[in-house]
Amino acid sequence: MKYETQKIALAYFSVALALFLIQIIGGLLVGWVYVSPNFLSELVPFSTLRMLHTNSLIVWLLLGFFGAAYFLIPEEAEREIHSPKLAYLQLIILVVGTLGVVVTYLFNLFEGHWLLGKEGREFIEQPVWVKIGIVVAALIFLYNVSMTVLQGRKTAISNILLLGLWGLALLFLFAFYNPDNLAVDKQYWWYIVHLWVEGVWELIMASILAYLMLKLTGVDREVVEKWLYVIVAAALFSGILGTGHHYYWIGTPGYWQWIGSVFSSLEVIPFFAMMAFAFVMVWKGRRDHPNKAALLWSLGCATLAFFGAGVWGFLHTLHGVNYYTHGTQITAAHGHLAFYGAYVCLNIAIFTYALPILRGRDPYNQVLNMAAFWLMSGGMVFMTFTLTFAGTVQTHMQRVLGEYYMNVQDQIAIFYWMRFGAGVVVFIGVVLLIYSLAVPRREIISAEPSVAAE
Amino acid sequence: MSDTSVFDELPGDLMVWVLIVSELLVFGAGLAAFLAVRITDPAGFATAQDALYRTWAGVNTVVLITSGALAAFALRQSECARRGMARLALLGAALLGVVFLIIKSVEYAAKAGAGIAWDTHPFFTFYYLLTGFHAAHVVAGVVVLTLVAWQDAPRNIEAGAAFWHMVDLVWVLLFPVIYLLR
Repeated sequence: MKYETQKIALAYFSVALALFLIQIIGGLLVGWVYVSPNFLSELVPFSTLRMLHTNSLIVWLLLGFFGAAYFLIPEEAEREIHSPKLAYLQLIILVVGTLGVVVTYLFNLFEGHWLLGKEGREFIEQPVWVKIGIVVAALIFLYNVSMTVLQGRKTAISNILLLGLWGLALLFLFAFYNPDNLAVDKQYWWYIVHLWVEGVWELIMASILAYLMLKLTGVDREVVEKWLYVIVAAALFSGILGTGHHYYWIGTPGYWQWIGSVFSSLEVIPFFAMMAFAFVMVWKGRRDHPNKAALLWSLGCATLAFFGAGVWGFLHTLHGVNYYTHGTQITAAHGHLAFYGAYVCLNIAIFTYALPILRGRDPYNQVLNMAAFWLMSGGMVFMTFTLTFAGTVQTHMQRVLGEYYMNVQDQIAIFYWMRFGAGVVVFIGVVLLIYSLAVPRREIISAEPSVAAE
Repeated sequence: MSDTSVFDELPGDLMVWVLIVSELLVFGAGLAAFLAVRITDPAGFATAQDALYRTWAGVNTVVLITSGALAAFALRQSECARRGMARLALLGAALLGVVFLIIKSVEYAAKAGAGIAWDTHPFFTFYYLLTGFHAAHVVAGVVVLTLVAWQDAPRNIEAGAAFWHMVDLVWVLLFPVIYLLR
């Protein structure tokens, strides 16, 4: 660790991992409701469980991004973070806000209150006071990292990362605009949801991946930067108007069907480019970095993002196809592998790279971590396949033959059982991963004096 | 690793080529979709097409190609260090871009006057989407040509001219497929 303030990342990564565990437990509970529908229905209804599963995901990914920024920006800018105090204050605000959401939803406090009550818009359900907290935390963060970069060395990686993080924060402001008209509400809602995961988050992903490739493979910065610019250009070119693929059936004009189909089909390109980038860098790289697990997660990230976000996204993005598949388990299959591949793996890659450095424990035993990769990735891929089959059967029975939703759900129960099995495997993988990251393994692998990883 | 790649042989900046390829993919996909939907209703598409002004679109083609030639001429002049001539040619190219837009607006106004909107027929959905997106690129092109006439390093002019040629090329593809193909 070159800079003292990189330590801030440790706090962010720790909270992120704790929330990750909660997210996966939430996923197990929701998965169990699918096979045993009355489970917990009196205590915590499905809608709340599902909200906890998706929102804890978003929050821990964001905390991971923030932590990653605090870890890599000092190295890129070649100076300490502007204000460590503000960074910790930001984390406290986010944690209090997150707990506030959980408590508000579990006990349905202040129902209907404009400031304190739940808002009930998927992914942006937070009570207004939490939304304000998120904006304050984001402003603190942007001020802190922007000051650091402005006063230090400016690199393509930190510029793209900042662009992504600024976009992320600014787009969240649409959470405060809640029109009465449901179609208009959804139209703006996608400005956050879509333009995050298929827009600015891709910039964050590309820059963190570029940083990891730079460190792990030792390829020249110039080469990495050229790839980075191409990936970012492709992501924004396709992703912004790709928003149209959410405007097929919500009441927006019909021309969105063609705009959405054409541009969102191209969204596969940046993900393919990121995969090509990662593998080409490894082939060209001269450095034999000891942190093989971080490399495994990086390559796994690029590959599974290509399949989950790229291929599985394209699967149902054309409006002629989506007319039948919309809102079926096909969407769930895509959602799971896309988030896992693109953003979960990315976060774990940077955790796996950074935590040994932050905790000063080279060399380290990475067998557990790598086993966790295969368990988690295998589980997620299997889950994606079962949900894809479930969705295919569901599409045919429900949308083509016109059978009732609940009758169809009974017919595809077998897939939900298999999905739950896959979920258990993922859960075991997550427990192993957290153990391998959080609990020091001080075994000496080699007697020779080891070279500290960068 | 080797530090030379085929990309280094491209004239102009790599990013302009990324943009050009992306644009061609979008318009190519749009034209392919247009032709695919046309198969479902050839008669309806032919009737709808008769509402277009083929002659003015033909004039616009000449306008745009002339403008492209001026942009290419400007680059040649700039490389020979004749800055004044290069700037004049660029402004001429931009001006012809404006002429294209004026003719285009007259065409759109006539369509609107005849009560033809984007949802009148699938033909017009594609007509408005494809020519509308193209016209937006002409607007961008006029801005770019003006910018590189101001910041007139040969490298800038090369990038601007490459973008402008892409806008030309797209029109040369749109014109026969939308206006002429029977």
